[in-house]
Amino acid sequence: LSRDHLSEDDWDELEETLLLADVGAGPSAGLIDALRTQVRVHGVSDPVQVRAMLRSALLDLVDPSLDRSLATDPTLGEDGARVPSVVLVVGVNGTGKTTTVGKLARVLVAEGSDVVLGAADTFRAAAADQLETWGSRVGVPVVRSHKDGADPAAVAFDAVRHGRTEDVDVVLVDTAGRLQNKSGLMDELGKIRRVIEKEAPLREVLLVLDATTGQNGLMQARVFGEVAGVTGIVLTKLDGTAKGGIVVAVQRELGVPVKLVGLGEGPDDLAPFEPEAFVDGLLGD
Amino acid sequence: MFATLSDRLTSTFKNLRSRGRLSEADIDATVREIRRALLDADVAVPVVREFAAAVRERALSVEVSGALNPAQQVVKIVNEELVAILGGEGQRGLALAKNPPTVIMLAGLQGAGKTTLAGKLALHLKEKGHTPLLVAADLQRPNAVTQLKVVGERAGAPVYAPHSGVAGEDEVPTGDPVAVARAGVETARSREHDVVIIDTAGRLGVDAELMAQARDIRDATQPDEVLFVIDAMIGQDAVATANAFAEGVDFTGVVLSKLDGDARGGAALSVARVTGRPILFASTGEKLTDFEAFHPDRMASRILDM
Ligand SMILES: Nc1nc2c(ncn2[C@@H]2O[C@H](COP(=O)(O)OP(=O)(O)OP(=O)(O)O)[C@@H](O)[C@H]2O)c(=O)[nH]1
Ligand SMILES: Nc1nc2c(ncn2[C@@H]2O[C@H](COP(=O)(O)OP(=O)(O)OP(=O)(O)O)[C@@H](O)[C@H]2O)c(=O)[nH]1
Ligand SMILES: [K+]
Ligand SMILES: [Mg+2]
Ligand SMILES: [Mg+2]
Repeated sequence: LSRDHLSEDDWDELEETLLLADVGAGPSAGLIDALRTQVRVHGVSDPVQVRAMLRSALLDLVDPSLDRSLATDPTLGEDGARVPSVVLVVGVNGTGKTTTVGKLARVLVAEGSDVVLGAADTFRAAAADQLETWGSRVGVPVVRSHKDGADPAAVAFDAVRHGRTEDVDVVLVDTAGRLQNKSGLMDELGKIRRVIEKEAPLREVLLVLDATTGQNGLMQARVFGEVAGVTGIVLTKLDGTAKGGIVVAVQRELGVPVKLVGLGEGPDDLAPFEPEAFVDGLLGD
Repeated sequence: MFATLSDRLTSTFKNLRSRGRLSEADIDATVREIRRALLDADVAVPVVREFAAAVRERALSVEVSGALNPAQQVVKIVNEELVAILGGEGQRGLALAKNPPTVIMLAGLQGAGKTTLAGKLALHLKEKGHTPLLVAADLQRPNAVTQLKVVGERAGAPVYAPHSGVAGEDEVPTGDPVAVARAGVETARSREHDVVIIDTAGRLGVDAELMAQARDIRDATQPDEVLFVIDAMIGQDAVATANAFAEGVDFTGVVLSKLDGDARGGAALSVARVTGRPILFASTGEKLTDFEAFHPDRMASRILDM
């Protein structure tokens, strides 16, 4: 094997680019090692070309071929009646779940869907009020409890029941933020899921990850994946300086794609995830 | 998820015990393990680089080669260096004004835990005999004002909230956060509250307009403390964000939130290192009592997973 023509400093710099984007030490080292081998085998010496090879390796990991659409079309029940699509939104505290529910409702309404929101965060101060404000912002009703600390599973159930009787297309259920190491709160989430599934199939469970999150994102994915059966990831706050590189490992861990990205606090700041743009962001291009 | 640093170092040193002294290659292997542990804990890359160099130097010195157990000696060095950066042994409490009211302003990224902290501080100060007033200067996030009112009620502290911000049908917020903050301090003075806690909207480091607004709130209220609230789960963005807030609002202290999670919290090290501002408190849950003084030694062990 011939030696490559990049200096150790060049390689370190490439690795640091990945580390700085929160790709993680293990995955970054893996990518760089594989790249070094490839560069040697093909006798590449141009740093620009090496960078392009890294970009393409990252893009392979992110996998542009994944289906990133949301299952938000109603289905038919056994009795032939229409059943709304139920979307459950989960994640740790403060990542942007409630905001994402509001923005997603806006998108669905614009596509002509009938939407109802369920305020199954009965815990955080004024969480249901916040969702109600989003509801009036985007013109959709909200099912909530006015009692602090009401059973969130019961509220979720009511929202889905309401969605069925009103024949809506989509029920979006917001949940309280919870840290994945709190087993009581994770059990509660499992219960919310089971109770919803008694009334209608859960079509999407979206894990909302904040782009500023570091390596803990992987733990979040693991536990929420187990408890809630995550079907897609929403990467929020990408409008800041954070790159969100942890989702590369998260996608792989969960085997489900990033479907949406949050790009701000306004109702229109939700966009489909674009692998190429994301990878360019990671590499700072 | 990750093997602990102690485990890894012990295995690095396994063959060494009999020899009892470290070669340069041993030290390099050790420093690589430390680097990896810090990166896994989300310590910022430039801080890791600098830190690894410092540890390498000390490890090469006599203090290690002469040690009975070099592995433990290196861990000890790493730990000491970490604790030193995190603020050494003693942490100061809140700076209180000689002429009340003491003004405390909260700032940070969206969702970091500011509003919750406002309630925690109010409760904490009340228990010490103070009479805090909360000021609702986040007129932007939907129902931020409602949230602060609930939190204030739970803490048993009044909330100055002349504007309801974005709530219900009111899409366009009325009122100016700077004016609210200024009037909040005036109100505290006239009603003889000895502490004012100003809750502000979350903002990004790159949002020049909102950062200027935060600076205006600071200038208008002349706080005794500007507390930067940062989520313990944050990754490499900690440096850019901490620098942006240091420059933007010149914060005087840091509060690390959500430490009740299982994040290793390397950001603590990054923020302390790059801004030089002390970490004063830890937020450790959603309840208002989940609040404590920051302990550098515990944080060092946590980052190293020991
Ligand atoms: N800049 C930016 N801010 C966002 C984005 N999404 C949400 N936010 C803000 O982040 C903060 C938290 O958002 P929420 O929607 O309340 O988060 P949550 O996950 O529901 O929080 P909890 O219910 O308390 O766990 C708010 O200030 C939002 O306006 C985004 O994509 N970009
Ligand atoms: N587990 C845990 N949750 C926390 C802690 N501090 C705050 N939270 C939660 O984090 C979420 C966001 O907290 P807020 O106090 O609303 O954060 P904020 O910085 O005011 O958010 P914005 O005003 O939207 O920027 C809420 O769900 C809080 O209950 C903490 O120390 N531990
Ligand atoms: K970004
Ligand atoms: Mg919420
Ligand atoms: Mg707030």
